[in-house]
Amino acid sequence: MAVDSAHILNLIWFMLLGVLLTGYGVLDGFDLGVGILHLIANSDEERRLILNSIGPLWDGNEVWLVTFTGALFASFPDVYATALSSFYLAIMLILVGLIMRAVSIEFRSKIKIPFWFRFWDISFFASSTMVAFLFGFLIGHLFLGLPIGQDFELQRQSWNFLHPYPILTGILSVATCAMHGSIFLYLKTEGALQKKIYNWIWHTYGTFVVLYIFTTIFTLTQIPTATANLTRYPWLWSVVLFNVLAIGNIPRTIFMKKPGQAFASSMATLTALAMLFGIAIFPNLIVSSINPAYSLTVFNTAASQATLKTMFIIAVIGLPFVFSYTAVTYWVFHGKVKLGKFSY
Amino acid sequence: MHLDVVMLSRIQFALTLMFHYIFPPLTIGLGVLMVIIEAIWLKTNDHSYKTMSLFWTKLFAINFALGVATGLVMEFQFGTNWATYSRYVGDIFGSALAAEAIFAFFLESGFLAVLVFGWDKVSPRMHFFATCMVALGSIFSSIWITVANSWQQTPSGYHIVKSASGFYRAEVTDFWAMVFNPSMVHRVLHVWLGAFILGALFGLSIASYYLLKNKHKIFAERTVKITLIYAAVSSLAMLGSGHFQADAVAHNQPAKLAAFEGHYKTGSGGTCLYAFGFPSDKDKEVKFGLGIPGGLSFLIYNNFSTPVKGLDQFPAEDIPPVFIPFQAYHLMVALGMAFIAMTLLGLFFLKMGTLFKQRWLLWIYVFSVFGAYGANEGGWIAAEVGRQPWVVYGLLRTKDAVSKAIAPEHVIASMVLFGVVYSFLFFVWVWIMNHRIQAGPPLTEDVIADSPKGPPPKDPFAFIAGLLKRGPASLSDSWRGPDPSPPHAQEEVP
Repeated sequence: MAVDSAHILNLIWFMLLGVLLTGYGVLDGFDLGVGILHLIANSDEERRLILNSIGPLWDGNEVWLVTFTGALFASFPDVYATALSSFYLAIMLILVGLIMRAVSIEFRSKIKIPFWFRFWDISFFASSTMVAFLFGFLIGHLFLGLPIGQDFELQRQSWNFLHPYPILTGILSVATCAMHGSIFLYLKTEGALQKKIYNWIWHTYGTFVVLYIFTTIFTLTQIPTATANLTRYPWLWSVVLFNVLAIGNIPRTIFMKKPGQAFASSMATLTALAMLFGIAIFPNLIVSSINPAYSLTVFNTAASQATLKTMFIIAVIGLPFVFSYTAVTYWVFHGKVKLGKFSY
Repeated sequence: MHLDVVMLSRIQFALTLMFHYIFPPLTIGLGVLMVIIEAIWLKTNDHSYKTMSLFWTKLFAINFALGVATGLVMEFQFGTNWATYSRYVGDIFGSALAAEAIFAFFLESGFLAVLVFGWDKVSPRMHFFATCMVALGSIFSSIWITVANSWQQTPSGYHIVKSASGFYRAEVTDFWAMVFNPSMVHRVLHVWLGAFILGALFGLSIASYYLLKNKHKIFAERTVKITLIYAAVSSLAMLGSGHFQADAVAHNQPAKLAAFEGHYKTGSGGTCLYAFGFPSDKDKEVKFGLGIPGGLSFLIYNNFSTPVKGLDQFPAEDIPPVFIPFQAYHLMVALGMAFIAMTLLGLFFLKMGTLFKQRWLLWIYVFSVFGAYGANEGGWIAAEVGRQPWVVYGLLRTKDAVSKAIAPEHVIASMVLFGVVYSFLFFVWVWIMNHRIQAGPPLTEDVIADSPKGPPPKDPFAFIAGLLKRGPASLSDSWRGPDPSPPHAQEEVP
């Protein structure tokens, strides 16, 4: 589709939503991963270290999701409405998962009873895994397309909810978060716990690579539309190259015991995955599997140009603040995690 | 009652929202209290105030986490259950939600980490700055969400157009007219004062309990003094806010006011202002009611004889339910009056120097926090049920706003899910809060002994701290704990 200058704000908002979603993936990705790996630690002290590595950070990370959702509501209201009402039960499970995660972190160390710890440890692991899986599951469905009618509503009776592809992307998402989380923990821990995590990174990384190759083959053979934009704009292959380099750099830096560089490569990997998702669906936001003409695009679902402009001004004013708060928090809590009297 | 998607979604929204609203007003009210206490700590350098800050911060953090987690549910529910509404108002309502996230949530959550975990990692001034930013963030958040809700009550600054997708929807024509819609200012003030009263009575309740149990005497007496003044000022201001608020409802949403007052028949003379009663839809009158004849006319028209527009003046399909708004509204008003009476009485005894011996009054204070929850929830029930049958007043009916892609069984499944999780969370929350309250504040000696040694760290805002600080001594003393010399001697460093 030719893009005229009248719709430049639609494109800006597509990209800003991409930035917000990437921010969420890169940041909450590691704390979901930390939850997935939580049970590998055996002693109470190790588990508290793991919990406190994300203690001051997870809440701010989740705000990226809140902001992404609010911005989606404002900039593409029809996409917000169609996506959330179509994925009704999956969304409800994500919400319950995020609630259980929040309270697991908050409540676990408040009362000193072994049964209490045990319960919240398992709840933290289970909810983190479920949320990571469901996000991947939803993205898989968005790759496949939904049976959307002319009225932008899902035709539920003709929808195969449990298609294997979304289940595969769900598992890939769990593996990606686990890899990202293990590298984050490698960065934040020291001593015996760090050694244990070092060994775990090879497992999580290996699982990720195998599943990623598997998913790529599935995508290329089953979903031809996913590569249409790559054919149309060959320079986008640079994103693919970037992705491959980032994934390749992870084992190199881990082997050289440079956790900071490894974490940067892992962040780059997640960023590249988010960009590839954007490239695969653009200019659609939700593809209709019934008729491509019914797809929800950045053009036919956008809010008014006035609102897109107001929101853009809000973003231009607000985002520098957002980046500076995030920087302050990460700066104050940089370095190896230690247990103190204010820890969870 | 027909249990279709509309009714089920309404019940689910009401229950999840009421559960969510246990937390945000408390964090708004407590945030202000924490700013006051920490300011006193920095000013006096008296570490028994730091014990107070530490205690309230811990309770704050638990409630904040629950507020965030349950708030996320609200943000998604517009799309999951009310998709047609979301398509209709996304242009307007969505921008308020996005502004809330960008301007308020990031501010809150970024500095919350410093507030809760940063006591030993940043200088006291930087910590105080973080406390102020968290309080400010929660206040910003209440502004934007009340803007969004007020627009639903009194829409303005919009026009209805056919969108690119072929639906009719509301689009913004004037952003600031949308933000400052006719009911917004009164409602924001009303929400703030409700939150302040809750925060104050929460503190007052815990401190009174300690006094009655003869525990943590210094902490409790100080907290009672601070929170009693905080509660009295907020409650008195609420009297004014409540009046303007009711006046605005009378002009903007006359059917809602008639429902609040159980005013079925317009009649010819002045309209009665009920203190309590049982409105009956069947007989179209308030039974067993006690009220001031002509009182409502007086409040709105300043005379006792002009009739106020009753429900009989509205088409049948535009009439809100009466019983729930009437009772919720009257509960809120009665509780508000009770707060004024009990806080003024407390201030009187405080002035006489006998407050801490009035055990009966302290017991009332212990339970007053439930009243504050009741008033906050009651006010919102009245506001939201009184807006029915509209979801956007005069523009979109609730029955037309629901998602088309979901079936009743979906909503029942999610209600069961939330029912189980929320009931469980409620008990855990009560248990943990009780555990924390029973444990009490830390001892001042421990706090001084635990204070970090050495100079405070350089942090990104060291230059701001440098601008704010009055002298090098006061900064490092708040950090290290008091020196043997009297703290006041250091106040005069140039």
